[in-house]
Amino acid sequence: MAEASANGPAVLRGRHDFPEISGRIGSIVLDGRLPRHFWTAFFLCFLLVLLFLYSITYLISVGVGAYGIDIPVAWGTMISNFVWWIGIGHAGTLISAVLLLLRQPWRASINRFAEAMTLFAVAMAGLFPILHLGRPWFFYWLLPLPNVHMHWPQWRSPLVWDFAAIATYATVSLLFWYMGLLPDLAVLRDRARSRPAQLFYGILALGWRGSAYHWARYQVVYFLLAALATPLVVSVHSIVSLDFTFAITPGYHSTIFPPYFVAGALLSGFAMVLTIAIPLRWAFSVKDLITVRHMENAAKLMIAAGMIVVYGYVSEAFFAWYSGESYERAMMVQRAIGPYAPLFWTMLSLNCGLLQLLWFRRIRRNMPLLFVIAIAINVGMWIERYVIVVTAPSRDYLPSAWGEQSLTWLDFGILFGSIGTFFALVFLFIRILPAITIFEVEELAEEEGKLR
Amino acid sequence: MSAIADNRPGSAIDIAALRKRLAKGGETWRSLDEVAGTAEFRRFVEAEFPAIAERLPVKPNRRTLLKLMGASLSLAGLAACSRAESIVPYVSQPEILVPGKPVYYATTLSSDGFGVGAIVESHEGRPTKVEGNPDHPASRGATDAVMQAAVLTLFDPDRSRTPLKDGEPASYGDFLKDMAALVSRWTASQGQGGALLLDASTSPTLAAQIDTLRARYPRLKIYRHDPLTTPAAGEASRALYGSALTPIHHLDRAEVIFSLDADFLGEGPGRLAYARDFAARRRVRNPSDRMSRLYAVESTPTITGAAADHRLAIRPSAIETVAGGLNAALGGQAGASDSPIDQVWMAALLEDLKTAGRNALVIAGPQQSAFVHAATLAANAKLGALGNTVELIEPPDALQVDGDLGALCETIGDGVIDTVVALSANPLYTAPAGLDAHKAFSSLKLLVHHGLYRDETAFLAHWHVPAAHELESWGDIRAHDGTTSLVQPLIKPLYDGKTVHELLAVLSSRFEADPLSLVRQHWAALDDDAWKKALRGGIVPNTAAKPVSVSVPPDLGGLRPAAKAGNGIEIRFVADPWLRDGRLANASWLQELPRPLTKIVWGNAALISPATAERLKIDNGKIINVAVNGAEVDAPAWIVPGHPGETVTLSFGFGRKVGSVAALSEGYDGFHLRHGSEWFAAGAAITPRENSVRVITTQHHQAMERRAIVRHAALDAFRQNPDFVRKDAPPSPKESLNPDWRYDQEAWAMAIDLSACIGCTACVSACQAENNIAPVGPEECERGHEMHWLRVDRYYAGPVDAPETFFQPVPCMHCEKAPCEVVCPVNATVHTHDGLNAQVYNRCIGTRYCSQNCPYKVRRFNFLDHQSFDKDEAGPEQGVHNPNVSVRSRGVMEKCTYCVQRISAKRIQAQIENRDIADGEVVTACQQACPTHAITFGDLNRKDANVVREKSAPQNYALLEELNTRPRTTYLGRISNPNGKLARPGEATDG
Amino acid sequence: MAKVPLGVVNSEVAFSRIGEGMPQIFSKNANGVARFVIWGSCAVLLIAAAIGIILPRSDLVMGVGEPLAQPVPFSHKHHVGQLGIDCRYCHNGVETSSSAGLPATEVCMTCHSQLFTNADMLAPVRASLANGKPIEWQRVNSVPDFVFFNHAIHINKGVACETCHGEVDEMPLTRRAHTLSMEWCLGCHRNPQSNLRPPQDVFLMHWQPPEDIADIRRKLIGMLDIHPETMTDCYVCHR
Repeated sequence: MAEASANGPAVLRGRHDFPEISGRIGSIVLDGRLPRHFWTAFFLCFLLVLLFLYSITYLISVGVGAYGIDIPVAWGTMISNFVWWIGIGHAGTLISAVLLLLRQPWRASINRFAEAMTLFAVAMAGLFPILHLGRPWFFYWLLPLPNVHMHWPQWRSPLVWDFAAIATYATVSLLFWYMGLLPDLAVLRDRARSRPAQLFYGILALGWRGSAYHWARYQVVYFLLAALATPLVVSVHSIVSLDFTFAITPGYHSTIFPPYFVAGALLSGFAMVLTIAIPLRWAFSVKDLITVRHMENAAKLMIAAGMIVVYGYVSEAFFAWYSGESYERAMMVQRAIGPYAPLFWTMLSLNCGLLQLLWFRRIRRNMPLLFVIAIAINVGMWIERYVIVVTAPSRDYLPSAWGEQSLTWLDFGILFGSIGTFFALVFLFIRILPAITIFEVEELAEEEGKLR
Repeated sequence: MSAIADNRPGSAIDIAALRKRLAKGGETWRSLDEVAGTAEFRRFVEAEFPAIAERLPVKPNRRTLLKLMGASLSLAGLAACSRAESIVPYVSQPEILVPGKPVYYATTLSSDGFGVGAIVESHEGRPTKVEGNPDHPASRGATDAVMQAAVLTLFDPDRSRTPLKDGEPASYGDFLKDMAALVSRWTASQGQGGALLLDASTSPTLAAQIDTLRARYPRLKIYRHDPLTTPAAGEASRALYGSALTPIHHLDRAEVIFSLDADFLGEGPGRLAYARDFAARRRVRNPSDRMSRLYAVESTPTITGAAADHRLAIRPSAIETVAGGLNAALGGQAGASDSPIDQVWMAALLEDLKTAGRNALVIAGPQQSAFVHAATLAANAKLGALGNTVELIEPPDALQVDGDLGALCETIGDGVIDTVVALSANPLYTAPAGLDAHKAFSSLKLLVHHGLYRDETAFLAHWHVPAAHELESWGDIRAHDGTTSLVQPLIKPLYDGKTVHELLAVLSSRFEADPLSLVRQHWAALDDDAWKKALRGGIVPNTAAKPVSVSVPPDLGGLRPAAKAGNGIEIRFVADPWLRDGRLANASWLQELPRPLTKIVWGNAALISPATAERLKIDNGKIINVAVNGAEVDAPAWIVPGHPGETVTLSFGFGRKVGSVAALSEGYDGFHLRHGSEWFAAGAAITPRENSVRVITTQHHQAMERRAIVRHAALDAFRQNPDFVRKDAPPSPKESLNPDWRYDQEAWAMAIDLSACIGCTACVSACQAENNIAPVGPEECERGHEMHWLRVDRYYAGPVDAPETFFQPVPCMHCEKAPCEVVCPVNATVHTHDGLNAQVYNRCIGTRYCSQNCPYKVRRFNFLDHQSFDKDEAGPEQGVHNPNVSVRSRGVMEKCTYCVQRISAKRIQAQIENRDIADGEVVTACQQACPTHAITFGDLNRKDANVVREKSAPQNYALLEELNTRPRTTYLGRISNPNGKLARPGEATDG
Repeated sequence: MAKVPLGVVNSEVAFSRIGEGMPQIFSKNANGVARFVIWGSCAVLLIAAAIGIILPRSDLVMGVGEPLAQPVPFSHKHHVGQLGIDCRYCHNGVETSSSAGLPATEVCMTCHSQLFTNADMLAPVRASLANGKPIEWQRVNSVPDFVFFNHAIHINKGVACETCHGEVDEMPLTRRAHTLSMEWCLGCHRNPQSNLRPPQDVFLMHWQPPEDIADIRRKLIGMLDIHPETMTDCYVCHR
């Protein structure tokens, strides 16, 4: 990396030209000659998709009693899955919107699939509040629809706000992602050889011609959407966290939750980015487009977000003691030594302990290790959500009502099913859409003066 | 059972195969036929359960079983419901019956053979709810948990539906033919070789019929088999006064009560009346009020012990020593030195008893030996209590019999008897160990069985005749104090069952006698008005037994302590509080109703003390093998604080596999270890096995964690500091962000007196019956999915070997600032103008947020489809549903509604009459059932209302009031009356 | 290095790609098609919404005004309209019970043992009396199982039969007069005043309100002790 660009070391490596870049990225999609292990992986994910469908069918036909919820712990894995996926959905928007507004050029090669990841994660997340319901077929009662009951939603309930927040977030992310796709869709349209491909990408490209007008409009809209999306990064998970803070249950009723949830979201989000990007750059040999610098920055953001999460843990414990609330204290003690203690300590060792490794540059630049850490953090974050959801009601006010959950196969069927579905979607996306933003990479190459 | 196969190769059941299959274990089964998979069973199923017939699973899923038990639509009274869109009027409408308005009838339910008066609610001829009969001495308006289930057992689809000859369906006509033959044979032989086997009964009509039979067949033998019989009291009085007498107690007069292993609050035919009197003497509302004091010495934890001010747990064999010591000490002699209880305690007790004098009361446990009873009588006599707090009457169940089951089997063995008619008894299940009733009965020429179920005896019998349920029968029965009351049918027999009286009439060759006339004839003395009056009022006036005045006994009638030296483990047998001797094992409500102290459901366990458990390295659920002279049984262990050491409590009633519900429950059969009709056994051995099972219980945590949940104080402490409930309890905030509600109509509220609550859980059972609460089965209970709207929490405080026990009924608190209301996204739980916290099932989508946010965790969720609410697929069990309460579907939250259907009914009535609702007009189901008046309900806006008076008591407090939920349900702190001279264990700590 | 404004760079980039000169994929009218699709889908959504709002309220769906075939073609028009039999003669529970009650076969036969004794259309009634099997009528006015409707209270508080069941005296075959939807019930429960009559008039058909009905009703609210604010509590109908 001889020459340095305006901000820090160069992002890209080697010399490129436009046809070469667009060719390389486009060819992944257009000639679709994908390595065998791509299809093997896809097939495996597809099996999980089937598991997902089976589990959902079972859940809806038998009832929510089939998975591990009870009285007192009436919320379970459906909620923790929901929070977890929503969290993962954050990194994409952050990378695309925030880094765009902050003019971080290194976002270029990873923002596309980060956005896609966001979409799919939000899609997954959107399912869970519905699967959580005792009578899912009535989920639309959460919406203010004109009905013959003369009955409206109860606006004081955070669940109603949730519904709105997620819907908004999903819509904006979708628009933002599609907007960014337009120029590349046009490129694919122009490079496509077969008629069907030309039509497919042609229709999606909405007649993009790359005229100065198009670009001008594009700039305006794209930046506007970015400006719209940025506050959502904060708002969505804050509102999700209100589901808990609004309740008087000890362990839920805490003001630290909103920032702490958002940070947690970013942590898991970037962990997921790495989980996808590291295999991606290796599998499609685009190491020179998605470089170690990307990975390293993501890792840095992880530790930043992670430390806020750690702060969240600490303040939760501290205020449980400092508030003098006997119930709050008892709950924290029970969390640490009660039936859920193993989960609690696993969570700490992963999200607080393992995370610290990322301080070391050598570890940040060691892809296999970084990959493992990313996965571990994802696991840790899921456990965190489950611990939060479950420990509180299992040890609340009346000891006579204390009790634990016993998870069933269905809890895991649905969790792993959703993970499989998520990756299956990612694979499909890589197959039919450019996973790396062609024109922005070109633009980046131009800026860094790496054009032949 | 193999005998059947041997005797009759053509029999429907291949027992050998059956044995093999069951040996594999783990198999759920509805009845012997089912496992055997006989054609007969197929036919039976197809005939009776069309819906099940096709989906009858190889290994039926227990929950579906619960739901589907009998999807028969052919049920009189339900026919109208079978098609949703069609409505059916009467052909000729009865005078008294207005569709949509319930009718109430007085009748009497049998509790171990004794009568407890009941008022039964009937909708369009369908009995749906049992209440107590205020005029009946044994009920006084209260009911217990078991009575509530009478309507359930009535509609139990597993009931025997057709006469069986050698296990094959046959007609009643054929039965009569065979009986005619029998009658002629007996007439010829004067009843030679014939025997009747009777159940516990107090029916005068039955007694008269027996006499006629005796007169008719002089050689006919009469035996009585009552597995729960307690003859000791009779023996004692016979030894002392020459005639068998039973004591009845007047706890309303008693100042100081000493219970010698007597669970008078939880067991025995008079328990409801006793509980009411006991609680009445302990109502404290202001410092000047007085309280009676209860000392209890017991050999197994009971709710009476839990209510005691001083309780000692000692081994069964030691009770006699205590009784003897007490009697001696009252006689002025030095108390026995080998007394198992410390002298200070004894001295304090004696002093109290002496001061109380004729207002003292010593009660001996019915199961105790004759010596204990004799000593008790002597003690009461010495105190002058005899004739005041305790009276002796002729036993209402007195019946001249030739012996018990043992004697019967013996005579059968001698070949003297070849024909037995067993009337509503099930000797083959309840027979004691070492008595091979099976062998004896299979050698009979003719065995006729009459019972509600096709039970063990029915399968062996040559003839089985379905019995009429007590709600289908005409009859009469006597209460604990001898009062006679009439039993009248609420519905015509669903499966054409016959009453005992009909069967006996048949034997005296009255084949077509109608059940009413048989009873009416016996009461010919009553003219029609008197008869009607008796029917309407539920009792026959002035039939209570006159107390017999007896002279103070010189000595103990030569009775000596009988208990063997307590080497090794001692066994204390008890009847399961709900299933009794197992006859109610098929009632899902009772199976699922938590046992008062252990909170165990769907099974029983061997109860042991913490110390013994520690010594033997046993923990809860560990399978232990209990062996005593030759017999042995494997049972899961359950550690009970306050259980006497080196003693194990075994209960009867479980381990049955007859009937679909009974088959679901776990548990062992205590009868396997029992010899004769003993209630205690010594010299037993416990050997822990390797494996453990999970005993299903509804409360997992027993301590209060130092939280001010059950607030309690001694009477003296209360007098010094009347509002002790505020003492070191967190302050309750006054202001709230949520706007206050205006309650300008009524403001419903409830007060629960923790001093009065004895933890009998009658309220829970009543709530279940009133509100169509679904039983969910063992698996679901194990997963914390049980549905009871009202639970009775049980907390222990103090040392594990002698803890204090607290009960706290917890219904919905109907908070004025309800946390559940603000979080429901669809307005499914809302506040009403009269302060109810209403739950709208049809609006609920099941986010369960309300439950998450309920600090009291009183909300219950329909995790699965627990009961069929679809008219077209529901079975007879639907007949028990209260038509004024929705049957909830899957995915819906539910909870205590303060019996809103009752409030609405009363309000509509009042509105029609254009008046206000009177105080005490609205009575909730739990309140109505409660034997001790612990629950008060009413309108806070009426200053004269009872509930207002209760809530103005100084010890009134709200649960978790520091959360500012402003509950409408509040508690009156528990006040006990310990003797100041005795340091109360666990006084200091509260959890 | 100085930042080049993105727009410029990009347009250059873009133009550099055009001129690879390739045949147009879409014809000119593709734009028209695109516009049509966009606006068309918006229109479809709007129409769907409109239907969704109107249909559940329509008599068509709620089965208002369609007579049901009954085992006996009983005519309220004849019995009420022409003979002037009082409602309570057959529906005798209406003043005291939650259910108004259907006439028992005996009630029919009180008259029909004398009149039309061998009319074919009455054969089912005679059969019912003979073999004791009830007549299975088809339910006309029904609410869901989770709705607990009480006739007595409505009658006693001056809500007329006519108000909910319509002018049955003009129905040869009984038909539903109103949707009986929750919205419809609430209409009155939120504002009962406009539907009240003096209790003695509740069984009258074609009742003409006197001109001073307004303050009669105002009085009635007080006299009958009606509290509208309590009438929308959920448990009034759902228990």
